[in-house]
Amino acid sequence: MKNYLFLIARRVIQISIILLFLAGNYYGWKILTGNLSTSSVFGIIPLSDPYAVLQMFVAGAVISSNLIIGSVIIILFYGIIGGRAFCSWICPVNIITDAANWTRRKFGFDMIAKKTPISRSTRYWVIVISLVLSYMLGLAAFEFISPISMVHRGIVFGMGFGWATIAVIYLFDLFVLKNGWCGHICPLGGFYSIIGKYRLLKVKHDSNACTACMKCKVVCPENQVLHMIAKESTPVISGECTNCGRCIDVCDDNALGFFLKVDNNKKGEKNNEKDN
Amino acid sequence: MQHKQKKTNSYKKPLSESRRGFLSTTRNLGLAILGGLTWSAYVDEAKANKLLLRPPGALKENDFLKTCIKCGLCVEACRNRDGNIIYDDKGKRIGTKEPTLKLAKPGDNKPLGTPYFNARKIPCFMCDDIPCAEVCPSGALDIKSLINKKSKKPDITKARMGLAIVHKESCIAYWGLQCDACYRACPLMGKALTIDMQMNKRTGKHAFLLPVVHSDYCTGCGLCEHACVVEKAAIFVLPLEYAKGEVGTHYVKGWDSGDQQRVKKAKEIHTIDERSKRKAVDKLNDIGGLLE
Repeated sequence: MKNYLFLIARRVIQISIILLFLAGNYYGWKILTGNLSTSSVFGIIPLSDPYAVLQMFVAGAVISSNLIIGSVIIILFYGIIGGRAFCSWICPVNIITDAANWTRRKFGFDMIAKKTPISRSTRYWVIVISLVLSYMLGLAAFEFISPISMVHRGIVFGMGFGWATIAVIYLFDLFVLKNGWCGHICPLGGFYSIIGKYRLLKVKHDSNACTACMKCKVVCPENQVLHMIAKESTPVISGECTNCGRCIDVCDDNALGFFLKVDNNKKGEKNNEKDN
Repeated sequence: MQHKQKKTNSYKKPLSESRRGFLSTTRNLGLAILGGLTWSAYVDEAKANKLLLRPPGALKENDFLKTCIKCGLCVEACRNRDGNIIYDDKGKRIGTKEPTLKLAKPGDNKPLGTPYFNARKIPCFMCDDIPCAEVCPSGALDIKSLINKKSKKPDITKARMGLAIVHKESCIAYWGLQCDACYRACPLMGKALTIDMQMNKRTGKHAFLLPVVHSDYCTGCGLCEHACVVEKAAIFVLPLEYAKGEVGTHYVKGWDSGDQQRVKKAKEIHTIDERSKRKAVDKLNDIGGLLE
């Protein structure tokens, strides 16, 4: 059970949020209404997807105060505390891509995977393209094709052919590219990577306790951020870490853990040394 | 010094390295253009469907598409509005009726995620408090545009979701049958929709009771379209942009002093060609080239 603590916590949060949205629509509950693009907590506090608002701004829309407040709250929360936690704790697409990744490992598709030409920084290019297109077409370009909103909006307001989108993401991640959608292409993930660069909540690593079993690197959806494993005791600095905690779950040597710290390098290291 | 050294080092890089860099940059750029073109082609097609009825207070279609964040709060407000909730005998909520507003799903072939309604299936019931526009966080549904200046309260009769159009040939009232279903269904009966009585010359002793829509009052709610008794509605709501003509400034009502103000906005059109070189008077005086 210990090995699934964060995984279970994440699924509980992901599913509860979607259920609250559903209850908001079908039962008139006021706890959480709307969807992940923009929502309202208790009918008072607005929350907005800052990447969508940015696209709308570039497209030339007049941004209402509600959306500004909503996206500032989100930016502050993920920017100061959570980092890219949206991706692993909130976003329902995460369940799909995790399932694809699980299937990959379980059936050994990883073994026959070929080297793929797509770089993990593709997502930042997609952000740039989305903003250029938003400007040129005069509308939020990614919001018109976003599989993320197709999924969360679909669950709350009706799927239509959105099921096909889910299948496409699953098959793409399973057969075309490992961690393809969330780890390479999704511009929202890229956006939160940039915002979450200076987050306080990070994963720390204690290389003295580490036995170099590399289980963490196997389960990590962004395993380039774990470059320090078994080498040096530094925290995970890269904004691309989703703070999913899966590495902490699978570590049998207590070499990984969450910690809240302001400074990236020095204090974290000192802290680790003290722990040792 | 160090900086300089670095620079000279990079010059010394073997040609294949820089070639590699050039090629990979070119590839990335090419892929970005490929992705961008495909993406924009898709979005451009997807937004092209304009024969859509939007909720009350919606901005003009182009502004609406860029301002709506697709959160669905209007749809939720429509579903959970007073009168749409079903209660059991004890007054306990057991469910809701289908809401008027829908969010476009994949497969609907409409701008994805934006709210619309199909008046023939479920029309807008014109709630007094306009809950859908009230709750809109982005301003894509502009409640301010629906505020009555006198009462300072939302006024649904100010909404212009579309305009009802009558197709005479399929309207049985125009055949001479007695049908006033649309007239009876209209929430602004007698204003937005009136009955025009005319003599039926075919029988010589009956009257036509013809429905006539008045765009000064019609909100485009679609209750008439919903009520129409023929198989495919003979009265139907179209977005204003498609339902309305436009006179322009060259014709004004000479008997209406208010309307005459419009002529002031009229712009002259000057056509200059060979004939405009000479004045009209000269042209008349010059019979058979006398002036020369």
